[in-house]
Amino acid sequence: MVTFKKKTNNETETKEIAARLASMLNRGDVITLEGDLGAGKTTFTKGIAKGLGIKEIISSPTFTIIKEYMGGKLPLYHMDVYRLEGSDEDIGFDEYFYGDGITIVEWAHFIEDYLPKQLLTITFLYAKDGGRILSFKASGKHYEAIVDQLSRNL
Amino acid sequence: MKKDCFILGIETSCDETAVAIVKNGREIISNVVASQIESHKRFGGVVPEIASRHHVEQITLVLEEAFEKAQLDWDDIDAIAVTEGPGLVGALLIGVSTAKALAFAKQKPLIGVHHIAGHIYANRLLAEFQFPLLALIVSGGHTELVLMKEHGRYERIGQTRDDAAGEAFDKVARMLNLPYPGGPHIDRLAAVGEETIDFPRAWLEKGSYDFSFSGLKSAVINKIHNAKQRQETLNKEDIAASFQASVIEVLTEKTYQAAEEFKVKQVIVAGGVAANKGLRMELEKRFSNTSIPLLTPPLELCTDNAAMIAAAGTISYQQGKRSDLALNANPALPLK
Repeated sequence: MVTFKKKTNNETETKEIAARLASMLNRGDVITLEGDLGAGKTTFTKGIAKGLGIKEIISSPTFTIIKEYMGGKLPLYHMDVYRLEGSDEDIGFDEYFYGDGITIVEWAHFIEDYLPKQLLTITFLYAKDGGRILSFKASGKHYEAIVDQLSRNL
Repeated sequence: MKKDCFILGIETSCDETAVAIVKNGREIISNVVASQIESHKRFGGVVPEIASRHHVEQITLVLEEAFEKAQLDWDDIDAIAVTEGPGLVGALLIGVSTAKALAFAKQKPLIGVHHIAGHIYANRLLAEFQFPLLALIVSGGHTELVLMKEHGRYERIGQTRDDAAGEAFDKVARMLNLPYPGGPHIDRLAAVGEETIDFPRAWLEKGSYDFSFSGLKSAVINKIHNAKQRQETLNKEDIAASFQASVIEVLTEKTYQAAEEFKVKQVIVAGGVAANKGLRMELEKRFSNTSIPLLTPPLELCTDNAAMIAAAGTISYQQGKRSDLALNANPALPLK
């Protein structure tokens, strides 16, 4: 497991890191985002989308659970599984996780049983000064290499 | 004499399994919704089952009931309209597959309908449209302003850049430990609270009809967080009232500005958040001194239903638009 922490001071910085990460991702990659409401999970996803060249507005998937964006270099699947808390429903996760795009999952611990073993988890914490602390945790060689590369470039 | 047109509508894009029969695009003959939120509440859960399994279990029952209530049979039906997107692919597929199977078996025309077009056409079950018209769609998943110059053509002039209005309501409700769905609870608390906190209004760039509620969400989080740290107690009712005032002012003012700019002859409100009493009151107040009529549908037509899909499908049917049996669920279907 490889871990790495990075502080960001505003949304723009958060998005820049996300865009940089996006350039290192491949088909079938899964990233889980954890953190309280307003911590920056959807903001980070906006940065990923920008990095993939997606022009559409990335809006919150909380209500719809999944939003799909096909206009970029790779398909982006943006999930918020908060509403699935306490449910054991599989809403076709494998088709996303082992599919042809990049999947971002907010509140992923609610669907732990369905997640792939290897993935990249990013946790967002509020910093005392109003900024955010992003903690990257990579499981599996593929994601470890990504986090290693990212930490060197930031 | 021109024959009456009966369209069967099917909607399974998210939480609701719904089937309806609508006459001439204007009159509800039957409108059956198996509310999964209700059924789930019974078991004490707060999570609506999004699972397609629930749609599968209910679709044939709901379909049978729609025919039974309508006192009609298949010979009376001119076409089948179904929500093809946007929504959850697994949920959409149940409706689409059902509609395709029925269209094939009963040899009826098939019409794919955009979910938002449905919400807009819910209003045509109340009054005839006057073009150009402006539709404010506010629901769990959508916050959009759509301009229509004629039937069946939609021009999106504004949309949310982050949270939909309904999501903002649900998230603030979550912070206040209110049950899901949070919108009605916030509305209820807001009615008795005072607007004591001046939360920000996201007007965005001048002339923009887009919306943004994530800054407001953060402001509410900070307020609650800071109060906790100082061990102050915040009045939930006042937070709800102050939050709701911000959302409503932005929705109302942008709708009004757009109505003026595009010189519309009618403003319609659609989607689940259109059931919010505070929003209805404020919109009615804003448009009361204007010559622009405002249409707000009754509660059962605000939330997801199939009558609205049949109503929107009727226009497509009359315009000669047909889908073939290759119709597929499209989770990211654009509104055109």
